[in-house]
Amino acid sequence: MANYSTNEFKGGLKVMLDGDPCSIVENEFVKPGKGQAFNRVKLRNLITGRVWERTFKSGESLEGADVMDLDMEYLYTDGEMWHFMKTDGSFEQYAVEKKALGDTIKWLKEQVVYTVTLWNDNAISVTPPNFIELEVVETDPGLKGDTAQGGSKPATLSSGAVVRVPLFINQGEVLKVDTRSGEYVSRA
Amino acid sequence: MAIDWRPTATIATLRDRARLLAEVRVFFAERGVLEVETPVLGHGGSTDLHLASLSARATTPAGRERLWLQTSPEFAMKRLLAAGAGPIFQLARCFRDGEVGRRHNLEFTMLEWYRPGFTLDALIEETAALVHRLLGREPGDKAVPLRRRRYRALFREALAIDPFTAPLAELRRLAEEKGGLAMHDAPRDDCLDLLMSLVIEPGLGREGVEVVVDYPASQAALARRHRDPEDGEWVASRFELYLEGLELANGYDELTDAAEQAARFEEDNTARRAAGLPEVDIDRRLVAALEHGMPEGSGVALGIDRLIQLALGKASVAEVMAFATPRC
Repeated sequence: MANYSTNEFKGGLKVMLDGDPCSIVENEFVKPGKGQAFNRVKLRNLITGRVWERTFKSGESLEGADVMDLDMEYLYTDGEMWHFMKTDGSFEQYAVEKKALGDTIKWLKEQVVYTVTLWNDNAISVTPPNFIELEVVETDPGLKGDTAQGGSKPATLSSGAVVRVPLFINQGEVLKVDTRSGEYVSRA
Repeated sequence: MAIDWRPTATIATLRDRARLLAEVRVFFAERGVLEVETPVLGHGGSTDLHLASLSARATTPAGRERLWLQTSPEFAMKRLLAAGAGPIFQLARCFRDGEVGRRHNLEFTMLEWYRPGFTLDALIEETAALVHRLLGREPGDKAVPLRRRRYRALFREALAIDPFTAPLAELRRLAEEKGGLAMHDAPRDDCLDLLMSLVIEPGLGREGVEVVVDYPASQAALARRHRDPEDGEWVASRFELYLEGLELANGYDELTDAAEQAARFEEDNTARRAAGLPEVDIDRRLVAALEHGMPEGSGVALGIDRLIQLALGKASVAEVMAFATPRC
């Protein structure tokens, strides 16, 4: 991979730091009146998701990271690995470890397309679509007529996620959920 | 993708900018300081280790030669002083390669002025008066006090170390801790610069104008050096002015000794070679002008884009420039 100098650091650039692939979040050039210039850089560690703040002398460089975001459809799990397939017509499959799935494990549904981040051709994280439609598999019985505001109850969805839903929602209904906030949006 | 041809400043901001620049000219006219214009291109460039100069190939009566884009109008203005110009100011376009960010732009406007016969203290007062004028405040206004802070005291307060006497290993350790980068082989001044930029600067000028004085002698650039009357340490006779965490101005009790000036240029180029940086042609005409004799006095360079940014309450210099570097 190519090396990138601090003045090429911009949001979204993927670089290697301390052996982990990172994505640049922010890069600020700082310089005292007279003297050495520095770059104050925020980077997201793509393995752990943590944001690091590091300082570099201006002109220093980091090795680029071979990181790609690809669209892939979720197929199934064999209990040990989770299997995804590229949507580019190649039918190429990738097996993803539980660690790389992280919180996304509770938003998995077959045939839905996820963003799989590959580093050196290994999946390191999976991002769900912002909105997903899932069936309620368990919740207290709905209260008839209570379609007004106020009041909510927990509901378990087919993917395993538990979200707060209005009281009128029944088991078996399909809901639209925001995966970023984990909140109920509407009936699907 | 759409091409971003639009200005980075609003037209209303550009009107305000023009008004503030007109105010600068009034300020100096009232004080009898002459406006001058000097060339952006010169045969000599800045040798400063921490400034990257741009250069251009040009055809002149001397043939095909390399000319440097100025990083400040200092050399040419000093030659005017040596020629007897008296007090002068300039709003000059300057260029510093690689310097682009929220507070920096590759090409920017420097307000630089020289006051023959002025002490550094007198120039600090005048610089603060100009800043207050552009911010629309009166110099006597209690709400905007002017505080002088010594470099040494700032480090003692913020970091509990003495920047002049602390062992290098201690400075490197602190710089590593505060910056989160390897500084184990960094020179002393790089450690001090890092601590200044990351720890001290952001807190300066939060309650009005703050002026830092008595810098380490190694950071003198083109300022004289003197012994501190209190502790006998050699310090640089220069100041920096801060407001709201932004460094606005850099002033010197100007070096007038031609031999010393020539020696500092050579030292710079030696340091550049050691650091693997390109050497820069020395301004021999400045050295010759100093040999002829430049009046004693003080001079200051003020980043007018930053001052306009603060006066108009903007978040970056790009917002007060018609087309910042990414859109130039």
